[in-house]
Amino acid sequence: MRDVAIVAFAQTRHTDRDTGLTEPELIQPVIDEIKERTGLRRFGFTCSGSCDYLAGAPFSFVSALDALAAWPPISESHVEMDGAWALYEAWVRLQHGDIDSALVYGFGKSSLGDLATIMTLQLDPYYLAPLGLDQLSYAALQANAVGADRAELDEIIRRGRVDGRRNPYALDLPDPEGEDVAVRPLRKTDLPPVTDGAAAIVLATGDLASRLNPRPAYIRGIAHRTEPHYLGMRDLARSASAADAARAAGVGKGPVEVAELHARFPHEEVILREALGLPGDTVINPSGGPQAADPVMATGLIRIGEAARRIHDGAARRTVGHAAGGPCLQQNLVTVLEG
Amino acid sequence: MGNRCAVIGVGQTRYRSRRTDVSIAGLVREAALRALEDAGLTFKDIDAVVIGKAPDLFEGVMMPESYLADALGAAGKPMMRVHTAGSVGGSTALVGASLIQGGVHERVLVVAFEKQSESNATWALSTHLPFSASLVVGAGGYFAPHIREYMRASGAPAHIGTLVAVKDRRNALRNPYAHLRIPGIDRAMVESTPMLWEPIRYLETCPSSDGACAMVLSSESAVTGTPAWVHGTAMRSEPIFRAGRDTVSPQAGKDCAADVYRQAGVSDPRRDIDVAEVYVPFSWYEPMWLENLGFAAQGEGWKLTESGATALDGDIPWNASGGVLSSNPIGASGLIRFAEAALQVRGTAGEHQVDGARTALGHAYGGGSQFFAMWIVGRDKP
Repeated sequence: MRDVAIVAFAQTRHTDRDTGLTEPELIQPVIDEIKERTGLRRFGFTCSGSCDYLAGAPFSFVSALDALAAWPPISESHVEMDGAWALYEAWVRLQHGDIDSALVYGFGKSSLGDLATIMTLQLDPYYLAPLGLDQLSYAALQANAVGADRAELDEIIRRGRVDGRRNPYALDLPDPEGEDVAVRPLRKTDLPPVTDGAAAIVLATGDLASRLNPRPAYIRGIAHRTEPHYLGMRDLARSASAADAARAAGVGKGPVEVAELHARFPHEEVILREALGLPGDTVINPSGGPQAADPVMATGLIRIGEAARRIHDGAARRTVGHAAGGPCLQQNLVTVLEG
Repeated sequence: MGNRCAVIGVGQTRYRSRRTDVSIAGLVREAALRALEDAGLTFKDIDAVVIGKAPDLFEGVMMPESYLADALGAAGKPMMRVHTAGSVGGSTALVGASLIQGGVHERVLVVAFEKQSESNATWALSTHLPFSASLVVGAGGYFAPHIREYMRASGAPAHIGTLVAVKDRRNALRNPYAHLRIPGIDRAMVESTPMLWEPIRYLETCPSSDGACAMVLSSESAVTGTPAWVHGTAMRSEPIFRAGRDTVSPQAGKDCAADVYRQAGVSDPRRDIDVAEVYVPFSWYEPMWLENLGFAAQGEGWKLTESGATALDGDIPWNASGGVLSSNPIGASGLIRFAEAALQVRGTAGEHQVDGARTALGHAYGGGSQFFAMWIVGRDKP
């Protein structure tokens, strides 16, 4: 495969409430920042990820084009998935060999509605959605199946919030307190925060990559897999699709210094660490992870950006970025980055 | 454009107002199984699945690829969901082709669908709150002013739209999958139907359909059966609110066509292309796209339509299948155009086959005439 590198990553300072910005207003500063940092005004390909249901209106990505200054017209596509899959589509496009750069972005405002209830609409509309099974309830089913030690889960939450407070882009959340139950066994403190935000990444190949960044984060492997939708057909304590994607991406071919995991609940981190086969000394989510900022549809892309940033700043040589989608980690994408 | 890619299987459902006999999963699976059968393959032979559809609000199922993974045999495989407005069916084919052209996979299943009977698309398209107030009702309300501007600028006589409506529905009578099959349709019948959005009459607009379309795409080494070879692929987008953009003949459409023609070695589309499946949801979009795509000079597209050149027996048949005017499961409508182009060059289009078709254009557009997806397929290897 052709060498493709992440050469720049930008994100909003995520907020825990609607600040009144429209989606194009949310995106534009991030796009401007990444154009300024790379010096690129045009890209060979552009791809984004977002979800109409967050805004409650069709075509949320249409007006996003206005934030890009897409003139003259650009070669562009969109996935109704986390921006991590937009990055995958761009990586595939760069394999054709005729272009050398791509812009990827993802954005979401979960402040506009009740995300847990909205996510019910993602389920089979005939057999599951009418049950009213909301996102917290099915996450609780999975937490129950994992049966992780409460102290381990508490430590994951505490660590995420401490790291998040050190991350200027994440939310400042206090250490978790109290044992209020959301949906047993999930506690209220286990839930990811409501977050509005956006993120962008620039991919480049060949000479352009090293010209744009002295330490490009090369994508050494990237793969994604889905698995059956119906929760009863899966072993919820494990993630077969994450394990398959990790094998295909080559996670185990070397040490992993940092892994940024799209674990929105602490038990998901337990599942993913095992599925990816991460060694005990791997630093998990030094950004604070989704526990510290969860701008839905950008959260997975941010994981990849944060994994790349460790290589850009010289802190690590081999990192892993992970993104997930669907109920109970149905779909997983894993990428291995190297300096 | 990377490695060679071919269409080796096409599957369609019959397009209808309501498919109450199948679930959404049943609908997409029907198309997928027909495409696999056409290619002589099963789900086991597929490396990845790409699915596309227009806004999730049309069925009220958010990111339905999650629910449809099982029905499409995607469990254990990569699955992607594309959404680029009305052009999405075309984009879905291009994302699938990209996986082959990029050397990532050998065989990819692409599927697109809409089950419009689950909701009311006109109103699903008219909800722009909370970000901006909607000033129009449905796609017709949005596009009618653009058509009026085309008529004003080109001086086209008022009956041109009627001619397209009649021609495409007559073609649909030869296509067993078409939704609108109106025996005896003629100008008088079209002109007797109510005006919906001036100048668009009821029979000059596309229907609301339930339906799905699927294709199996393959690398050169994994070809089975009769291939249609991909000679060029292109996407272009432009912003909806850019001041001064030409919404009648958008630059993105011109650039997209120029890109795909360059890849396929097309210098004169009217001469070099044998048949075109072009996204014409309102009759007047045929003359408008004839100009935008370079088949006619600016202001001259309506003359081509009037001369009969775009009819099945004309020198450049457009929408031999009956087009979007005859079948419109929105999210699938673009993929159907791409698939019909492939059927033509494979010589498997049945009664609406254009004799000797060797090179065909598939086209889709969406949003406010701002998203374009195109491909050119050919009988011969590129």
